[in-house]
Amino acid sequence: MSALSFLSREDALSARLLRGIASSPKALFGGIICLILLLTAVLGPLLTPQNPYDLAVLDILDAKLPPGSQSMDGLTYWLGTDGQGRDMLSAMIYGLRTSLGVGLFSGIVALIVGTVLGLIAAYYGGRIDALIMRVVDLMLGLPTILVALMLLALLGQGLWKVVFALVLVQWATFARAVRSAALVEKNKDYIEAAVTLGISTPRILLGHLLPNCLPPLIVIGMLQVANAISAEATLSFLGIGLPITQPSLGLLIANGYQVLMSGEYWISVYPGLLLLTLVFSINITGDRCREILNPRLGER
Amino acid sequence: MSVFVIRRLMQSIAVLVVTALIVFLGVYAIGDPIEMLISHDASPAERAQVILSLGLDRPLWQQFFTFCWNALHGDLGRSFVFNKPTITLIFERLPATLELTLTGLVFALALGIPLGLISGLKPNSVTDEAIMTGSILGFSLPGFWQGMMLIMIFSVWLGWLPSTGRGEMGSFLGIHSSLFTLDGLKHLILPAINLSLFKLSLVIRLTRTGVRETMPLDFVKFARAKGISERRIVFVHVLKNILIPLITVIGMELGSMLAFAVVTETIFAWPGIGKLLIDSIMRLDRPVVVAYLLVIVSLFILINFAVDILYSLIDPRVRLGDQS
Amino acid sequence: MTQPVLDVRNLSTHFPTRRGVIKAVDDVSFQVGQREIVGLVGESGSGKSITGFSILGLVDPPGRVVSGSIRFQGEELTGLPQKAMRTIRGKRIAMIFQDPMMTLNPVLSVGTQMIETVLAHDNVSRAEARARSRDALGLVGIPSPDERLDAYPHQFSGGMRQRVAIAIALLHRPELIIADEPTTALDVTIQSQILFEIKRLANEFSMALIWISHDLGVVAALADRVMVMYAGKIVEAGPVDDVLARPAHPYTVGLMQAIPAAVPRGEPLKPIPGMAPSPLARPSGCAFRDRCDRATDICATPPALDLSEAREWRCFHPKEWRAA
Repeated sequence: MSALSFLSREDALSARLLRGIASSPKALFGGIICLILLLTAVLGPLLTPQNPYDLAVLDILDAKLPPGSQSMDGLTYWLGTDGQGRDMLSAMIYGLRTSLGVGLFSGIVALIVGTVLGLIAAYYGGRIDALIMRVVDLMLGLPTILVALMLLALLGQGLWKVVFALVLVQWATFARAVRSAALVEKNKDYIEAAVTLGISTPRILLGHLLPNCLPPLIVIGMLQVANAISAEATLSFLGIGLPITQPSLGLLIANGYQVLMSGEYWISVYPGLLLLTLVFSINITGDRCREILNPRLGER
Repeated sequence: MSVFVIRRLMQSIAVLVVTALIVFLGVYAIGDPIEMLISHDASPAERAQVILSLGLDRPLWQQFFTFCWNALHGDLGRSFVFNKPTITLIFERLPATLELTLTGLVFALALGIPLGLISGLKPNSVTDEAIMTGSILGFSLPGFWQGMMLIMIFSVWLGWLPSTGRGEMGSFLGIHSSLFTLDGLKHLILPAINLSLFKLSLVIRLTRTGVRETMPLDFVKFARAKGISERRIVFVHVLKNILIPLITVIGMELGSMLAFAVVTETIFAWPGIGKLLIDSIMRLDRPVVVAYLLVIVSLFILINFAVDILYSLIDPRVRLGDQS
Repeated sequence: MTQPVLDVRNLSTHFPTRRGVIKAVDDVSFQVGQREIVGLVGESGSGKSITGFSILGLVDPPGRVVSGSIRFQGEELTGLPQKAMRTIRGKRIAMIFQDPMMTLNPVLSVGTQMIETVLAHDNVSRAEARARSRDALGLVGIPSPDERLDAYPHQFSGGMRQRVAIAIALLHRPELIIADEPTTALDVTIQSQILFEIKRLANEFSMALIWISHDLGVVAALADRVMVMYAGKIVEAGPVDDVLARPAHPYTVGLMQAIPAAVPRGEPLKPIPGMAPSPLARPSGCAFRDRCDRATDICATPPALDLSEAREWRCFHPKEWRAA
């Protein structure tokens, strides 16, 4: 019975979030853009005019063509081409896949790690709590970019290393949020009832405490994914993120940086705009959700 | 007051020792110190000499002791590339980074506090909506891309400002800085804006939240009932209450700006420690990377310490905390 | 009778909300004579505090005075521009708030908060303003006032803070003081001290006083006249001894039967049944009728104010007392 009542609570919450997003034109717009970008990333290869990493279709004679140019075989490069004659639009859609994939994946892993540690800290308290929270404080005290930078400086570049670095800098935020939400719930009667009924610890943690800590997690998760995408782009731009074989939006922008001064602006401007749109639309939707969940800031 | 200072000092030293231990373990215990700290093209004689001076043939705890002892004497190893002590390299470039970071911070505060006040005093107005949307846009802008756009617009298209380098230096009261020459200022503007835009959003949000939380409090109403002007209420009563949390966060953010300067310095070829770090990573000049980490953590601790002192000067409740 | 200090006629203060308009103050009229102490009694939500704030023009938005007139020494206050209103607030009408923990700004010294009050109205030197503040602190019985000026609110106890608030209210020797439950948040022993102090000072400086309270007992000890408020309306008013000896309105009767000290030993307390109506859904006519044991059908129409001698009440079925 209890499981059902939690379900209905969650339903009410997601309905509240959806209603809240729908009632703000800004957030609704952001949400729709998010969905479109997500869909574009998923369908990626089906939408792109060319496979930008199939060397056979690239023609070096098409290099650095401005937006709207025609290729040798009649294809229009709506957003121009890069230094290797690659269609920018196609490269950007592939870059979006990589960026969004890395951001979402590292965000989800960080959410799981942080949630587990946060629940453990809240449930057991005492020394375990103190230890975990010390580490959390340490991690939150250090700037994201610095930790990721040092880690990658020591480990070298690579997709999984970037994901590892992003998880490492993000889990603490989740852990802290989960812990404080769980501490509030922990003292409520239903948890005590569950303990008295002899329900096992993992079941109390996952079945009872977790569902009630979900609201802040959803929002933090969204904002963290936006952060992760930004961080990955920055690391890739600095040349210590993703390798050249897996170009994310950040790497595309970095490639354009070299030729920015000579006027070939499109190579870095368009991927940048796409990155900005992606991060901005996630942030604007997440921000609205945070407002809804935190009525202290005043309902509109 | 002095008890408070000494207690904070002890805590800072403890954090520094822990950091040193972590860095040490990262380099000496997990990694291979010979691989990391000795250049690949060093001769066997040089190798033997470095192994001896770092005590790599001795037990780990003795190595840690040597590491700390050397660090205390300002010896954080030698750069392979520059063949200079790393600490010298870092201190040569630190002023440029500090100059950039502090200018960026001043920009962020000078713009952010007024915008946050405007926003918070008229919540949910059109102005507020515009400022808040702008601030979300501000922290959504990838810093490096935003810097490139600044270069593109102001250097390439408009040709108003130089795109790279630090420019001419001037000297005032014994301080060398590019703040004191026109050329230096011109070079500083774009990088400082780039670095500050990120924090600007944060300052706006903090100020706005602070205003919205403080305005409904009883003491504001009481001040009105005393016949105090609205301007004094906002700029003295409310602002002083907001500054307290603002200063704490800004102290922390100053550290993050120092770190984020890595990006700004890379884009604008600003000769600070951030650019040194990236160059060293690219050239596998690991002693510089290790030294950078230790120096930057020490700076963090120093900043936090300074913020705590500042905090206690502003907030009377903290200042007298240790008397009761 | 000479001109009253304050003459409020048909005052209505409304708060528009999404679920309807809250009539916090609904057609309230009363006068406060020179040197008179008037008690305004009611339970929380009855509109007594909003009445006080309406006089000073300090109703928080979205609430506002929608109709009626407030004449202070013959001068109309409603519709007065903020700037003109500010010269009256704190200077000629002062207010003391309920919670002394909240009314003083925690980050400004008591001296600063007093001196600014002096300087807001009088063009005097800082030293002069400080001297006046010091004297005011001395007047309300704060020991070593000169040193205490440099102290911060958290260094004072609750009772002392309320004395500071009273000292601030007295700085300009106002003609009227509005005290909004100034003793409610204090310990019982401190309550009576503050009560005594205010009565002494009001008498000494021949000030008129509106004492807002939910406690009939406190008002009985202090006031010349009492007004009982219920659901935004004054339901009964008259000389304090007379009203307390022979309450006419069933609500006043109920209030008195609920005071432990007013009920003879051994007799049970009689709490008023039911709860105060929601401000959005008040019964038509007499708002008290669904809690009243004397209510009849006629109570569904609004009762007019009944003026018999110095007493007034709004009730169709007042409790009748035989002449003693």
